[in-house]
Amino acid sequence: MKWILVAIIVLGNTAGDLLNTAGMKRHGEVENFRPRHVAHLIYRLARSPFIMGGIAAMAVSFFSLLALLSIANVSFAVPATAASFLAETILAKFLLGEHIVAMRWAGALLVAVGVLLLAL
Amino acid sequence: MLTPAAESRALRRKTAIFTTVVIVSNVCGNFMLSIGMRQVGRTVTGSPLPYLAALLNPFVAAGVCLLACWLFSNLSLLSWADLSYVLPVTAIAYVLIALLGHFALGERVPGLHWAGILAITAGAVLVGRTTPTTTPVHREEDDE
Repeated sequence: MKWILVAIIVLGNTAGDLLNTAGMKRHGEVENFRPRHVAHLIYRLARSPFIMGGIAAMAVSFFSLLALLSIANVSFAVPATAASFLAETILAKFLLGEHIVAMRWAGALLVAVGVLLLAL
Repeated sequence: MLTPAAESRALRRKTAIFTTVVIVSNVCGNFMLSIGMRQVGRTVTGSPLPYLAALLNPFVAAGVCLLACWLFSNLSLLSWADLSYVLPVTAIAYVLIALLGHFALGERVPGLHWAGILAITAGAVLVGRTTPTTTPVHREEDDE
């Protein structure tokens, strides 16, 4: 049961991050954080299919995490859900066109290894 | 108009501030949820009702509010920074969660976990030294 929940959390996170990034890049850089502008921003994001799809994927992931937290330790639950670092970096390169320099690959690899160690 | 160097410094500062907010709201949010869900008990079910009931717990409610802050700051950060930058850098949250689990909740952290904590920190530092943005960023259109 624990590992089924972990799989749902990882898939939801990956899809959510990719959709959210694509949606925010389409929206453009957020530069103004006055309350009125933030309200307007939320209204616009609420009409973006990318952001809504991303948040839906993350909501599925979030409720699975809530369930997992109620049956597992926090130091098992959260790190175990982070197995997607390398996959997301690769997808960011091919789907989002990000330029990933050697240092960033090395960092992503170290983070993935670290998360794996935390899950052991 | 800002010079390119000043603009890049401003972008780095803005990125640092938002990265910090993302990490802190994530750690505090998950920490509150963990305390709250322990008080609420087992909730593996397909029905939404136990989840809604869990929201009545103040720790769960505070955790959900903090995760809402996390969502908004993370979306803002992603509006100019790469996903492949944001993900590894904000992974410091996992380190802080493990440390909190150890020092505040009394969870035991075995040797391998300490190695993991070290690797994640090193990875986040490496990625943090790369340029945050490698795709064209367009300005937010002002349609007001």
